[in-house]
Amino acid sequence: MSVPLTLLGLLEREPSHGYDLKRDYDAFFGRGKPLPFGQVYATLGRLARDGKVVVGDPEAGDGPDRKRYVITEAGATEFEDWLSEPVAAEPHLQTVLFSKVVLALMLGRDAERYLDTQRAAHLKRMRELTEVKRSGSLVDALLADHGLFHLESDLRWIDLTAARLDALAAEVAKR
Amino acid sequence: MTAPLIEARAVTLSFGETPALRGADLAVDAGEILAVMGPSGSGKSTLLHCLAGILAPDGGEIHFDGRRIDRLGEQQRSALRRDSFGFVFQFGQLVPELSAEENVALPLLLGGAKRADALARARAWFPRLGLDGLEGRRSGELSGGQAQRVALARGLVAEPRVLFADEPTGALDSLTGEHVMDLLVDSARAQGTTVVLVTHEARIAAYADREAIVRDGRATSLSGRVAG
Repeated sequence: MSVPLTLLGLLEREPSHGYDLKRDYDAFFGRGKPLPFGQVYATLGRLARDGKVVVGDPEAGDGPDRKRYVITEAGATEFEDWLSEPVAAEPHLQTVLFSKVVLALMLGRDAERYLDTQRAAHLKRMRELTEVKRSGSLVDALLADHGLFHLESDLRWIDLTAARLDALAAEVAKR
Repeated sequence: MTAPLIEARAVTLSFGETPALRGADLAVDAGEILAVMGPSGSGKSTLLHCLAGILAPDGGEIHFDGRRIDRLGEQQRSALRRDSFGFVFQFGQLVPELSAEENVALPLLLGGAKRADALARARAWFPRLGLDGLEGRRSGELSGGQAQRVALARGLVAEPRVLFADEPTGALDSLTGEHVMDLLVDSARAQGTTVVLVTHEARIAAYADREAIVRDGRATSLSGRVAG
């Protein structure tokens, strides 16, 4: 998650104080990991330095929260470009899972047991996310679904690999 | 640890020359929701059918509520299924000639309840499962998700000790399947029904308390208690 781009997106909606940005960021994107105020203002400072936001006229009162930040044309363009680009579909070819299976086979360890342990860990996390989905808001449910689908795809790979372990062991032994 | 409510011990079963179960062990606690997973042809549905008294195993033992059930005759197994077990299958398997409420009432009618009482209890399930107004429809007039919710009501209406669900969302799209699972889990928990859920989908298994995997006719518990 890119904090600068997310803040730009929130500012594209309307000019905001740092406090409002933090509140909305935490509500939608923080998911249990709130954005520290220091990071909010440091990020806004860099965005201002790079000409992507400007600081509006200070309002009555003291402190950084009196400043209202406004997105610039350059900031809006950068945000729009980012929004319209698809996220890289990473193939994850060299995963830790894959490395562990191959190494287990190379070393004559029980690769199937490793896959079972991994499957149990994945399913445990899927149960937790399912509970989040059943008890949380729609935003929680959508985020949990994203995690669930990724874990499910790992599991499908684990199942397929388990079914091909003999062939993979033979392949590894050849080298 | 208390004894499991239902348990398979070293269960074997072959179809002709083909072994389907090769010494499967599985234990399910009362009130638990257990997902039984495994690849196609692994024997997971066969194991469910043995646990539920639909099939009699060639060898091994099946115990339910402290009683050995694998050597019961067909008539006694039929009575056990009617009195203690509920079922939900992949394609609902509603009786097409009956209305939705008659389908739900079926286990009660087969158990000897009076028609008016059975229908009244059946009707109470319709608002609970979001099926208001569909009581008089026949299965051909229901969507897949509606039919499966009717099947779920039928599986639970007699307040069975155990609900056996074999790929209950297999014929539904993701969102409808999840809705059915939400209702299944909530309803089972509300009345304390133990659930044995066969599924090949991890996202459906994630609704359970625990999973067991069946491979080559043997079951392995992935988490929580191990059989025996």
